[in-house]
Amino acid sequence: MSFIWGARPLALSFIFFLMPLLALSVEPNEILNNPDLEDRARSISKSLRCLVCRNESIDDSNAELARDLRLLVRERLVLGDNDKEIIDYVVGRYGEYVLLKPKFSFSNIFLWLCGPIMFILGLLFVVSFYWRKTKTEEIHLSDEDENKITELLKD
Amino acid sequence: MIVELGHLALILAFCASMFQLVVPTIGLRYRWFNVASLASPLITIQFLLTLLSFIILVLAFVRSDFSVKLVAKNSHTLKPLIYKISGTWGNHEGSMLLWVLILTFFGFLVAFFGNNLRNSFKIKVLIIQSAIACFFFAFILFTSNPFERYDIPPFNGLGLNPLLQDPGLAFHPPFLYLGYVGLSMSFSFAVAALIEGKVDSVWARWVRPWTLLAWIFLTIGIALGSWWAYYEHGWGGWGVWDPVENASFMPWLISAALVHSAIVLEKREILKSWTILLAILAFSFSLLGTFIVRSGIITSVHAFATDPTRGIFILLILVVATGGGLALFAVRYRHLNSTRSFSVISRESALVVNNLLLVVSSFVVLIGTLWPLFSDLVFEKRVSVGPPYFDIAFTPFFVAIAMVLPVGAMLTWKRSNLSYAIFSLWPALLLGISLGALVWSFQTGGRMLGPVGVSLATWLICGALADLWSRARGKTMVNRFFRLLRTHRSDFGKCVAHCGLGIIIFGISAITAWESEDIRVLSPGETYTMGQYELKFLEVNKFQNQNYIATQGEFRVYKDEDYLFSLFPEKRFYPIARVGTTEAAIDQNLFRDLYLVLGEEQESGMWSIRTYLKPFAIWIWIGAFSMAFGGALSISDRRFRFSSGAKKFSKAML
Repeated sequence: MSFIWGARPLALSFIFFLMPLLALSVEPNEILNNPDLEDRARSISKSLRCLVCRNESIDDSNAELARDLRLLVRERLVLGDNDKEIIDYVVGRYGEYVLLKPKFSFSNIFLWLCGPIMFILGLLFVVSFYWRKTKTEEIHLSDEDENKITELLKD
Repeated sequence: MIVELGHLALILAFCASMFQLVVPTIGLRYRWFNVASLASPLITIQFLLTLLSFIILVLAFVRSDFSVKLVAKNSHTLKPLIYKISGTWGNHEGSMLLWVLILTFFGFLVAFFGNNLRNSFKIKVLIIQSAIACFFFAFILFTSNPFERYDIPPFNGLGLNPLLQDPGLAFHPPFLYLGYVGLSMSFSFAVAALIEGKVDSVWARWVRPWTLLAWIFLTIGIALGSWWAYYEHGWGGWGVWDPVENASFMPWLISAALVHSAIVLEKREILKSWTILLAILAFSFSLLGTFIVRSGIITSVHAFATDPTRGIFILLILVVATGGGLALFAVRYRHLNSTRSFSVISRESALVVNNLLLVVSSFVVLIGTLWPLFSDLVFEKRVSVGPPYFDIAFTPFFVAIAMVLPVGAMLTWKRSNLSYAIFSLWPALLLGISLGALVWSFQTGGRMLGPVGVSLATWLICGALADLWSRARGKTMVNRFFRLLRTHRSDFGKCVAHCGLGIIIFGISAITAWESEDIRVLSPGETYTMGQYELKFLEVNKFQNQNYIATQGEFRVYKDEDYLFSLFPEKRFYPIARVGTTEAAIDQNLFRDLYLVLGEEQESGMWSIRTYLKPFAIWIWIGAFSMAFGGALSISDRRFRFSSGAKKFSKAML
């Protein structure tokens, strides 16, 4: 529960927030010579959270830990790991909390499906609304109109 | 002494709001209309007292009265005057006072302009508005009193967070609050209508401009905030799906839906219960936003004073307002039946689809924002939900909105014909697809974002123009053109706002797909190329300003050996707060932003330099302001100005 009510010391979080502005994220000496690898490094670091910052990726942050993680990612890239292996390695060390894009796992299933589910439920509701209306007014839909409805629902 | 006067005024305003809850209600109950009519003067008194207390707080900041805790904690004598003033709402307590000031101001506007509303209805609206104000007065007085004093005043203040020492602070929060709080009007109107059990087109004619106004302010507020973030954060981030940003984006989406469903209600007297529900949800979302921002329950990159007790208090307000509103809705919505029907292919249906997509997308943002909390509580698992999630989960719905919009906007009410819309829109469709294909063939690399964005934007903009053109009927082109000038302002507004959406989509996909970045170490005198430009790093100067020490780089930009302009990226150090900020140098035109940031000094006198070319960046904000301008055009339409319908209505009911 301590996480919920933000028991973290206020002063400390304030300092973390301001740190990235003292200096800026990726420093020139971190950059890999191989542009393809560097591109991959950037996109991986954009999907990993800086653990000591307030909602920033390690790519944006200048905290020491973020820098260490960026170097780690690049080290692994140079060694020839693929993106998934690197991310799995970081998750293995720091837990799922580092992922800015949550896994598609059982506990996150609703997070990922909420949009489509709500959309489908909404559509069903709208359709039932049309259906009720036409029923109460006793207007029979022609086949053509029926087709139009199904056509519209496909979109 | 004068500070105590401000405190007293606030307490009196709180008393007035409690009085307002009781007296006019009794008046309405026993039909003592003289008593009930006290509602108007009472809300005026609340507004004036809050205004007085706000002015006194601003004065305390201007005079640097450090015996007031809030001033001592957030101000400093060396600060420029504008930041002394804007610093008033650059903190939790002061910004809550501004919140409640705007809340009572909107109530005052109803009391003042609401003469053509039915009296008993107006009184109910005012009572509900005061109920909200009452909660917030209590919140300020009991948990975040801005007028607390020190026994022994400090010699000088701690100074305002340097990040906030920016013109952005002067404008961004007030606009945002005008938007957030403006939605309280829709809420009060919705609840009053539920109590009376009667919703009709006159109700919609009142609610629509107020919601539109709130939506315009929200649009401007969000755009200003994103512009501020763009030049203040050192990498040009204009939006990062941060919880605090989502907090303002959710009410924006819902109020956009509400603006559209109110049109249906006004023109056709259907979707009554749906519109009421949206009005309740819209304000609930802005309360939820306040809760997210102030409780610190979810970590955000944007600094805010956070305090659990305050969080609980706002949660209480949220539960009472939302829960009460929804419970009332559940009991009364059956009274709001509408009988008219419409065909599947009609403007009504199109707006239903618009509403569905907007509401679903706002709930996706809601669930993504609250998920870390939920997962921690239910699964005891800490997860993060960041930009990659929102990009995947949110974007499809907005693409769908953009695809459906031009067709829906062309349909007529009741029963329409798709072939007519398609007939008028095929040039837009053709142009959109071919421009997208053209861009695709030009660009290197396989990202589809650029071409798709261009296609959608063209489709939206040309579709909106085609819609406007089709409204002006005439035999010859000249004839049609003159007709066009005489079309209603709200039609123009609709066109401009929809074009604005297209422009934003274009700007966002262009900057995301084609941005280029360069990070390097340079010593003064060296030159490098960025895109078509040559940049020469001349020197670095240090100088002292009013309350900070600046380190400023000078760069000259050449193109084909011709000197174009100089850029001066800066780093500032604020000794009082012991904090540094970066001030990017941006050269902006319609085609690209050249964005230059001075980094750290390296060993041997070299500096790390970041350069970005951000194509078409400015269009994001041009689009946002077009949307707001479109809304403003719509409000200024003659037909909106509480027309004959409202007058007839008030006479009939009296």
